[in-house]
Amino acid sequence: MLQLEQVSKNFGGLPALSDVSFTVPKGKLTALIGPNGAGKSTLVNCVTGVLEPSSGKIYFQQQQLNNLPAHKISRLGISRTFQNLKIFPRLTVLDNILTGLTREGGDSMLLAMLRLPDLRHRERQLKLRALESLDRFGLADKANWPVGILAYGDKKRVELARATVGQPQLILLDEPVAGLNSEETAAVGQQLRLMRSSGHTMLLIEHDMDLVMDIADQVVVLDSGRCIATGTPDEIRRNPLVLEAYLGRMDATA
Amino acid sequence: MTHKQKILYFIYLHRTGLTVTGLSITLLLYPLYENNPYTLGLTNLIAINAIVVLGLNLFIGYAGQISLGHAAFFGLGAYGSAIATVTFEISPWPAMFLVAVIVALVALLVGIPILRLSGHYLAMATLGLSFVVHAILLQWDEVTGGPSGFSGIPYLSFGSFQFDDEIRLHYLLWGFALISLLLCLNLVRSGVGRGLSALSGDEVAAEALGVNTRNAKIKIFVLSAVLASVAGSLFAHCYSFVSPDSFDIFASTDMVIMVVIGGMGSIWGSLFGAALITLLPEWMDLFETYKDFVHGGILVVILLFLPQGLVTGLVDMVKIKLALRRQKDAAT
Repeated sequence: MLQLEQVSKNFGGLPALSDVSFTVPKGKLTALIGPNGAGKSTLVNCVTGVLEPSSGKIYFQQQQLNNLPAHKISRLGISRTFQNLKIFPRLTVLDNILTGLTREGGDSMLLAMLRLPDLRHRERQLKLRALESLDRFGLADKANWPVGILAYGDKKRVELARATVGQPQLILLDEPVAGLNSEETAAVGQQLRLMRSSGHTMLLIEHDMDLVMDIADQVVVLDSGRCIATGTPDEIRRNPLVLEAYLGRMDATA
Repeated sequence: MTHKQKILYFIYLHRTGLTVTGLSITLLLYPLYENNPYTLGLTNLIAINAIVVLGLNLFIGYAGQISLGHAAFFGLGAYGSAIATVTFEISPWPAMFLVAVIVALVALLVGIPILRLSGHYLAMATLGLSFVVHAILLQWDEVTGGPSGFSGIPYLSFGSFQFDDEIRLHYLLWGFALISLLLCLNLVRSGVGRGLSALSGDEVAAEALGVNTRNAKIKIFVLSAVLASVAGSLFAHCYSFVSPDSFDIFASTDMVIMVVIGGMGSIWGSLFGAALITLLPEWMDLFETYKDFVHGGILVVILLFLPQGLVTGLVDMVKIKLALRRQKDAAT
C-alpha cells in the first residue's frame, strides 16, 4: 500500500535517512523501530509531506507522494498522530475529534456560511461519527470538556481517536504509548489490535518492544538513517544486526 | 426524559438559533422603547463596528493570525462608496457591491504575499498597509478631498424610501450586522471553521488533517476585508461624510482591541467588544482626551491576565471549573 524506494533525506550535509526502502502491506500492522536518532520521525515527516525527501520515491497506492503538499497527502487517506501531542487545547474533546473529519466537512466557505439543510444534515452525521469514536476510546463522558484539562493518557487517546475517525486508508502512529503507564499501554495495544482486525493498515513507530513484538505483523528496523532489517517479529528478535544496533557490538564489549 | 428535561435539551440543542432570534426581536423592538436620535446614533455605530469586528475576529480569533490594518479596508470601503456614488454617479447599492469586490481583490493581492508571514512580521506588514491607505486618503486631494474629507454622499434608499433618519438606519445597519453575525456563526460551526481553529492551534497538525493552511488563511483574510468594506460603505452612506481621520492607525488598533475584549474566537464576544469600546467614551468625559491611553491600558491589562481575551477568557475559566468539579464528583 505504501512503498518507499531509496528514500534519502539530508539536513544540510547530515544524512538523516539514506536509501530507505520498504513497503507497508495493506491490512497489516508494520512497526518501525530503531534507536533514538535513527530517523524514524523524519521518515514519517517525509511520508506525510511535512518534509520533502532529498531523493527517492514514495508511492501510496501507485500514486507518487513526492512534491505533494501535506494537506493533499492527508486527503489521499493518510492520517497520523504526533510524537509530542498536537491536539487543540482550547477546543472541546468533541471538536478535536471533529477536526479529524475536516476533509468530509466540505471546503466551500460560501456553503458553510449559508448552512443549507444538507450541510446541517451532514454536520449531524459527522457529530454522530465523532461521538461513536469517542465511545470506542472510552471518552464519551468527557465529550464537552476542554481538552486542555484532560490527563496525559486521555489526550493521547483523543489524538488517536482524531486520527482514526475519518476512516483513513493508512494510519501513521508516532509513538502512541510514549509516556503512558503499563495499564494505559495495554489499553492502547488492545485498541490497535482491534483496529488491525477491522482491516486498518498501520505504520507504528514505537520504542516499547513488548508492544511491538506482540502486535506487529512486520518489523522494519532503522539505524542511523539506514534500513538494516525487515521481517517478522521473530526474525527481527534473532537478527544479529539488530542486536548490534541496540546493544553494541558483542566482540567490542566481550 | 421528563417534560422539563425535554425542553431544556431543546434549548441546549438550538441555543445558537434561539439567541439569534432573541437578539433580533430585541433589536426590532428597540426603537419603540428608545427614540432618542443620539442614543440610536450610538447603537448604529456599534452595528457598523460589529460588522468589522466579526470579520476581524474570524481572522484573528479563529485563524490565529494578526492584522493591524483593517481600518484600511474599512476606509477603502467608505471612500470607495463615496467616490463611486458622487464622482461616478453609480447608484449606492451596486456601488457597495462593486466596492466590496474591488476590496476583495485588493485583499487577495495583498494577502498572497503577506500571509506567508506570521506573528510580529505579519503585524508589521498589515500595519504598513494601514499607513499606506491612510496616506493615500489624506494626500490624494483631487480624488479623496484630502484632509478636509469627502461630503455629499447620498443616503441608501429603496425607491423613494430613504435611510436618512436614525430609526430607519437602525433597521438597515442592524439588519446588516445580524446577517453578518449569522454568516459568521454558521461558518465557525462548519468543517471550514474547525479547519480554521485547527490552523490557529498548530499549522503542521492542521495540514495533516487535510486543511490547506495557505489558502484558508488567504480566504479568511479576504472575507474579513469584504466585511470591513461593507461596513465602510454603510458608514459613508450613514453619515454622508467621511474623513481620513476615521481610518487611521488608531482606528485599526481600536478594532483589534474590540476583538481582544470580545475574546479570541468568540463571535458573541465580538458584539460585546464592539459595544463596549464604542460606548466607553460616552460614559466618561476623560476618555475623549486620553482615549488612546485608556484603550492601550485596557489592551495591556487584558492580555496580561487573560491572553484569550476578556469574554473568552472568563467563559473558558468557568468551563474548566465546571469540568474539574464534575471530574471530582465522578471520582468520589
